[in-house]
Amino acid sequence: MIEIEKELEKDRIIIRIIGEVDASSSIRLDQELSEAIENNNKKILVDCEKLEYISSAGLGVFMSYIQVIEKKEVKFVLYNLSDKVQNVFEILGLDQLLPISSTKEEALQIVNEG
Amino acid sequence: MLSQKAILRISGPLAFLSWLLLLAVNLIIYFGEINQVPSGIPSVIPPALLSIFFLSLVVFFTYQGDKAKRMNLVDVLWRVFVTGLIATIVTILVIFIFVLLGENRLGQNPLFINFLYHLDLAVISVFLVSTFTIYKKLVLYQKSKVLINTWYIFEYGLVVSILLNFFQIEFFDSLFITSFIFFLVLSLYLSVNLKWVAYLSFKEKWKSILLLLLVCLYLYFFLTVLSGFPSEILQVNLVDNVFAATLFIFIFIYSLFSFLVILFNLPTTSVFEQKLKEAVNIQMLSRTIQEKRNESEIHQMFFFSSVSAVFADAAFLESTDERGINRIILKENLSEEQIEEIKDSLASSKVRPLKSAQVPAEQSGIIAKALKYSGFRSLIMLPLVVKEKEIAQLYLLKEVSDGFNDDMQNIITTFANQASISIENSRLLTETVSNERYQKELKIAKEVQKALLPTVLARDPAFEISAFSQAADEVGGDYYDIFKKSDNHYALIIADVSGKGTSAAFHMSQLKGIFQSLSEIALGPKEFLIHANSALGRCLDKRSFITASYYLIDTLKSSIQFARAGHCPTLYFKKLDNKAYYFKNKGLGLGVLRNNQFQNYIQIHELQYESGDVMVLYTDGITESKNDTGEELGYEALKAWVEENAHFDAETIKNRIADTFLEFCGQAPPDDDYTVVVIKFQ
Repeated sequence: MIEIEKELEKDRIIIRIIGEVDASSSIRLDQELSEAIENNNKKILVDCEKLEYISSAGLGVFMSYIQVIEKKEVKFVLYNLSDKVQNVFEILGLDQLLPISSTKEEALQIVNEG
Repeated sequence: MLSQKAILRISGPLAFLSWLLLLAVNLIIYFGEINQVPSGIPSVIPPALLSIFFLSLVVFFTYQGDKAKRMNLVDVLWRVFVTGLIATIVTILVIFIFVLLGENRLGQNPLFINFLYHLDLAVISVFLVSTFTIYKKLVLYQKSKVLINTWYIFEYGLVVSILLNFFQIEFFDSLFITSFIFFLVLSLYLSVNLKWVAYLSFKEKWKSILLLLLVCLYLYFFLTVLSGFPSEILQVNLVDNVFAATLFIFIFIYSLFSFLVILFNLPTTSVFEQKLKEAVNIQMLSRTIQEKRNESEIHQMFFFSSVSAVFADAAFLESTDERGINRIILKENLSEEQIEEIKDSLASSKVRPLKSAQVPAEQSGIIAKALKYSGFRSLIMLPLVVKEKEIAQLYLLKEVSDGFNDDMQNIITTFANQASISIENSRLLTETVSNERYQKELKIAKEVQKALLPTVLARDPAFEISAFSQAADEVGGDYYDIFKKSDNHYALIIADVSGKGTSAAFHMSQLKGIFQSLSEIALGPKEFLIHANSALGRCLDKRSFITASYYLIDTLKSSIQFARAGHCPTLYFKKLDNKAYYFKNKGLGLGVLRNNQFQNYIQIHELQYESGDVMVLYTDGITESKNDTGEELGYEALKAWVEENAHFDAETIKNRIADTFLEFCGQAPPDDDYTVVVIKFQ
């Protein structure tokens, strides 16, 4: 079960994932991300502070947006990941393709640069 | 006891014989009287013979009636009519002879008149007794104890009255009057038992009316003819006989009552027939519960039963599928456009729920008593509800307003309930069947997939290898394999397809194909993964990926070269340090990047192995498994297990890991596929 909160802050959207992302809840995450990108948000921050667990289906959702983000020139950052969740991203290698930062400030820096 | 056949064979001829004797005796007596020569025959003989005649007739027809038990009601009346007809023809012949002879001497001859009278007496008696036994069946059509007892009093009373003949009672004698009144009352009482009338169809009722009318006419005719004989010269008189007189009056009363009751029942026959049809329809619908019928058959049965039950002028049945799309599947006297118009006008008409005790209000149908539609003024909508979901709606229409009475509403609600149960039953059956088929297919898939994992692992003096793998569902997405490239070169792979179940299993088999074909070519680990990525990238769906590690073992150089494509880091126990390490080299899952950028994210790792070193390959089903309290196993625990058991041979290490793992998981079976491959170097 997950809960997803969205918050518009100036020119950026913050997506907050709360709970566990498994095969069934990943559909919800997919909808939210797709909506954020469709609405032409150019700065997307994903707050993972309360993301407890992510399955391969959840990773698949993030993975499927990598090329879209690149094409649409969206600044996309994940931040506040727990060690365990970060490890999962790292093992698959997603950390090389999606910026991950430890704090919100750092994340803001990434989206605001350039 | 005598058999029925024997009784019939005795009583029939006995009746005939006693009649012949009666005729002979009476003629002799009469002859003697005219010639004043005493015949010497005791006066008790003629009445005794008459009694025997009557009794044997009663016995004969009672038993003959038993033989024809299964006759239908109209056939029974038809028999009465035929017997009456024969009696009438004989009587007419008698009259005809009289007329023919006229003033002729023979016509005036009392002996001859007596002979003719006896002849007529015989046929009329036959008619009376046979009709009596047949009417008995009609009276007792639906028996009650009181009715049966009353009937037997009547019947035995009649037998007793036959015996009264011995006393040659004259008409108006007090005993005659008393017993006659007694029988008259009983006849009246018995004659109200006319339940059989209700079971006649409309056509049968008309036939019966005609036949009964004829029976009354026969009786009148017989009485007239019998009383036309000059009684002063007759030796016996049938009308003076209590038995015969009672039969006359009983048959007349019963025929008359039946005639009147049928006549008054004629207008309501159609209602009764309708009820009968409804009962049959309900029975047919209930039978569909037991039988395996398809839904369209049940729809049809429900539709046409309902239409005929309420005499609907038009109707349609609309089904609602899982996506909520409506489709008209049956219609009568309506066009598609009319149906749309009717539904629109229903929305603007006043409706109220059907009242029925059998279903909760929200599942009951609705009735519009004054529909605002020109062609049809009243409407009933009935839903078919299966598992609390409406699967179809039946619309019944009538041209008149308020055309559906309470009775009709009840009956079609019952129909709807029956049909709903039948459909639910049929669906359950279909579900079970398809579930079984699905299980069978999964079993086949499992067999096929098992064949994809190696059953025998390559053996080499340089290392031992042992593995176990288990899918969470019937089929899984974990894969491992070893391939001997040449005498001293082995390719080894472990992979995990994201997700589980059949789609994962499908990708796993693709991976096996890639592994088998690419391993034959002399490729390095990085090249292998790049090729695999581009091959798999074309067929994986956009949210799926595969993690894999690919190893090349050179036993000659005691070296391992490997690359990691997003797979769990390799666990390596170094004997020299007596410690295990995770190799976290850079990597990226297969299918994550589906372009030539992929190669930039793959790193090759190379190491020299030494005797006693242990390499453990595994999938995340191991490290991410949870115990009963929800704790994740993690990397440290796995590392500790390997360190503890590294001194055993590969088989034992694998077994120990497997045992400890299952112990950790506890009650709940692991919800992901899991695999462990252990290689111990010599």
